[in-house]
This record gives sequence, structure tokens and C-alpha cells, in this order.
Amino acid sequence: MRPALGRDIPLSGVVLAAACVLTSLLGAGCRGGEGGGLTLAGSTSVQPIAELLGEHYMATHRGSVINVQGGGSSAGIQAALSGAADIGMSSRNLKPEETGLQATVMARDAIVLVVNRDNPVRALTTEQVRGIFSGRTRAWAEVGGTGRRLTFITREEGSGTRGAFEDLVMKKEEISSDAIVEDSTGAARAIVESDPQAIAYISFGMVTPGIVPLTLDGVTPSAEAVHSGRYHLARPFLLLTRGAPSGPAAAFIEYVLSPEAQALVTQEGYVQARPAGSGR
Amino acid sequence: MKAKEWLIERALLLMALSAVTSLALIAIFVLAQGLPIMLREGLGSFLLGHRWAPTKHAFGILPMMVGSTCVTLGALALGGPLGVACSVFLAEVAPRRVADVVRPAIQLLAGIPSVVFGFVGITVLVPLIRNHIGGPGLSVLAAAIILGVMILPTVISISQDAIEAVPRTYKEAALALGCTPWQAITRVILPAARPGITAALVLGMGRAIGETMAVIMVIGNAVKIPHSLLDPARTLTGSIAMEMGYASGEHREALFATGVVLFVFIMVLNTIVNLRLGRRREAS
Repeated sequence: MRPALGRDIPLSGVVLAAACVLTSLLGAGCRGGEGGGLTLAGSTSVQPIAELLGEHYMATHRGSVINVQGGGSSAGIQAALSGAADIGMSSRNLKPEETGLQATVMARDAIVLVVNRDNPVRALTTEQVRGIFSGRTRAWAEVGGTGRRLTFITREEGSGTRGAFEDLVMKKEEISSDAIVEDSTGAARAIVESDPQAIAYISFGMVTPGIVPLTLDGVTPSAEAVHSGRYHLARPFLLLTRGAPSGPAAAFIEYVLSPEAQALVTQEGYVQARPAGSGR
Repeated sequence: MKAKEWLIERALLLMALSAVTSLALIAIFVLAQGLPIMLREGLGSFLLGHRWAPTKHAFGILPMMVGSTCVTLGALALGGPLGVACSVFLAEVAPRRVADVVRPAIQLLAGIPSVVFGFVGITVLVPLIRNHIGGPGLSVLAAAIILGVMILPTVISISQDAIEAVPRTYKEAALALGCTPWQAITRVILPAARPGITAALVLGMGRAIGETMAVIMVIGNAVKIPHSLLDPARTLTGSIAMEMGYASGEHREALFATGVVLFVFIMVLNTIVNLRLGRRREAS
């Protein structure tokens, strides 16, 4: 597995590995290995929230060291299988042939389509969204709005949100090269806030008062609709372990599912792992 | 004493070499990372390909090369005349008291971080273009205007130096022969300073082509050859900066290859400057 990860991120991989060795040596020297180091690897979409939770975990659990690496969902699944990482991260469900892993849903990421407040359109179908982002629909008038222009905003190549949007909405089609490309949710949102003719897709929870989330196929995006599966433009964030988690991995996963960590998940704009109010 | 001199000389040489060495190391690193994919994909299809979808194995950077060229020429068209006019004013026309205010102000302009230019661009310029001229606002025009302002300090200070380097006697002779001050400037001083002014413009181009942050914020970054000034486009630097965060494998190599192309662009510009400045020194 090492080579596969290493091929993707040669330099940063080496640096990370060196950093891991150093920190674990230092940690062992200072604390006698209490708690121990834990390596997470995989999806770049899960990475930011995993890093955040890891920092909080390290702050509250003295002596533990959490390393979070990227590489992509497939690399994360491979890393968990081979034992190269203690916990694999995936932002897609496991394929039937990917067996031998136990998956824990740590959060869900829903993507919503947003438009400017002055745009009269409040609902679209998946088919219409595909038409817009493939460049076939060139004016709001064609999908029940007004105005001759239509500016659609996508994220940059390699972005996890873009990857999920392509998988869940575009299917076999490609996002048109006419699309405005922005490298952050904030930038995409800012454009929609100021341009009545713009549409963008962003993480659920990043919606601010200046923009309006659209109903998709008749379903209004909400945490509840995501949990029930009615809002389909959503994907799980999985933590993967080989067999049932044990030792430090089990402790970290337990922390991730705690109400405290799940509050952070919501705060960062994701949908929490379980419906609010349901017991564990 | 001799040994001490020798030691100091060697130490200075070593320090001078460190700058050159870092340049060489960067060049080697970028080439080593970027060249393989260019050769594998074929130079033609890399440089002239229209389609950029690195996660789907399509690596054509022509739209970005066109984008960089367009915004750079646009910036030059706006900032060039303005900058040269300003330098003429500062060197030949302005009373001392006025020049003493304008000069530091221009230096201050050079110190404004590019992200601030970009922010002003996206909050003021982009809506202005969208509402009064048309298109999505995020456009080549917006980037050219922002860059045109950003290259002003470079263009002004270097062309001012060039104008001030023209011997005083030229102007005095022209005036003595009955030229008006304006004729002396346009017929005598500017032609004499031309190599330096050209160098100023080329250095301004270098500044424009290398600028990244401000351009990303206002140009829209669509991977498409722009058909008008109001279309969005993407630059070479913008492409690297936007995508390097998540890039891995071939995608990452393709971004380094984009860096190689940029490197060549800038080397060509610098060579032009050096040739021009060399000629100027011979002339004077």
C-alpha cells in the first residue's frame, strides 16, 4: 500500500512519514507511548473535518497523536485494508467488492444548489441542474426563471465537493468549460450573493442569508431529508477499520460520535451522523 | 591581511552563488516534475490542446496560455500609456512640490497586497462591469483593469529613470533651437529614452503575467478561450494556484508542466529586457 500512497503524494508523503517518525519518537520519549499515535488516511473531502476533530481530540486527550493524510477515498480504503493507516477515510460508500472493512458514518455531506435572493427560481429537478452545468441550458427563462443570461459556478478540478457533484448529478456528462471556476465555497457564495443570474453548488450548512437554497426534485434540503434519504444529493463520510475498531482507533471513533464532536460537525457545515435527538 | 581578503572574497562569492543556486534548483525541480508529462502527452497536444480536465486525463493548456496573454496585453494597453505619461509628468513637467507627493504615493501603490486589489476588484469592479457593460462581470476586462493599475509602479519608476537619464543638454539644445517644451519631450527626450521605456513596459508585462491572487478573484477562471473582453478566462498562474491543493499524480505533474511554460514565458521577457537595456547602455 505504501507505494500507492507514495505515488500520489511523493514529496509530502516522505515529509509526512518523516514527521510521523519524529513525532512518534518524541512522543514515545516524553510520554512513554501512552495513548499512542493514530494515522488516518483517505478522502480529501473528509480530511478537513477529520483534522479539526483530531486537533480537538489531541487537546482533550493528552499524549495522543492523530495524523491525518489525504490521498483520496480509494487510497483510504486501500490503506485501511493493508493496515498502512489505522483508520481509512472515504467520502463514498464501499463497493460490493471492498469487503473486510467496518464502516462508521461520522457525518454526512449534503450539497445544495443556491441562487441569489432576487432570482425567482426556487426549485429545480436533477435533470434541469444537469442541463445547466453541462451548458445546454443557457438562460434562466428555460428553467422557469427570468433573464437571458445564466452564470453557473463550479469548483476546481480535484475538489471533493466537485467530485461528489459530478458523481451524484452529472453522472456520465461533463461540466461545461463555460463554467466559472472558483477554488472555495466562500468565493462561489460571494458571486451568487452579488449576481442575480448566478447558480452554484455548495455544502449544506454553508448557506448564508444572502443566498437561497433550491428545492431539488421537490425535496427541500434539510438534515432530516438527508437522514431519511429523500434528499439524494448527499454522501456519507466514512471511517473505515479492518474489523471492529479496537484500542486507540476505537477511542477516537467513539469521540467522533460523541455529542461534543458532532456539534463541531454541524458547526462546520456538515450534517451530523445520526438524526438530531436520536439516542446512540 | 592577504588571507583575510581572500577569505572575504570567497565568502562573498559563496553568498552570490546561493542566489544563483536557488534559481538553478527551482528550475531543475520544476523541469524534472513537469517535463515528463509534457513529453508523454506530446508537446503539441499539451501546448495546443483545448481541453483541460486533469482528473479525466486531458491536459491541454492553450486556453490558459491565451488567457495569460490576453490579460497581460490588456494590462499593458491600459497601464502602459498611463504609466509612461505619469513618468513624463514626474520627470519633466511636475513642480518639485507636486512630484514629492505623487512619487511616494506611487511607491505606496506598489506596497498594496495583491489580494486587496482582488478584493476591490470583486466588490466594486466586477458588479460595475456586470451591471453597465454586460456578461458575468468576472472577465478578462476586469483582470486587465486590475493588472493595469498593479503594473503602474513598475512602469512609472523605470521609465522615469530612463527619462531622467537622458542628458540635460539634449533638452536644452532642443529648446534653444526653438522647440516648445512639448516638442522637446515628444521629439527628443522620449525617443532618446525609448530603450529604457521599452524595458519598463516589458518588466510591467512580467509583473502582470506572474500576478496570481488578484487575477483569480476577478477573472472567473473558466477553462475556455475567451471570445470577448467580457468573457471569463483563466491564466497559467491561476490554474496552478487553484488546483495544487488537491492535485496528485498526473494532475500534479501537469501543474508543474504549466509552471515550465510560465518559466519559459518569463525567461523570454527577461531576455528582451536585458537586450534592450544593453543597447541603451551602448547608446548613452
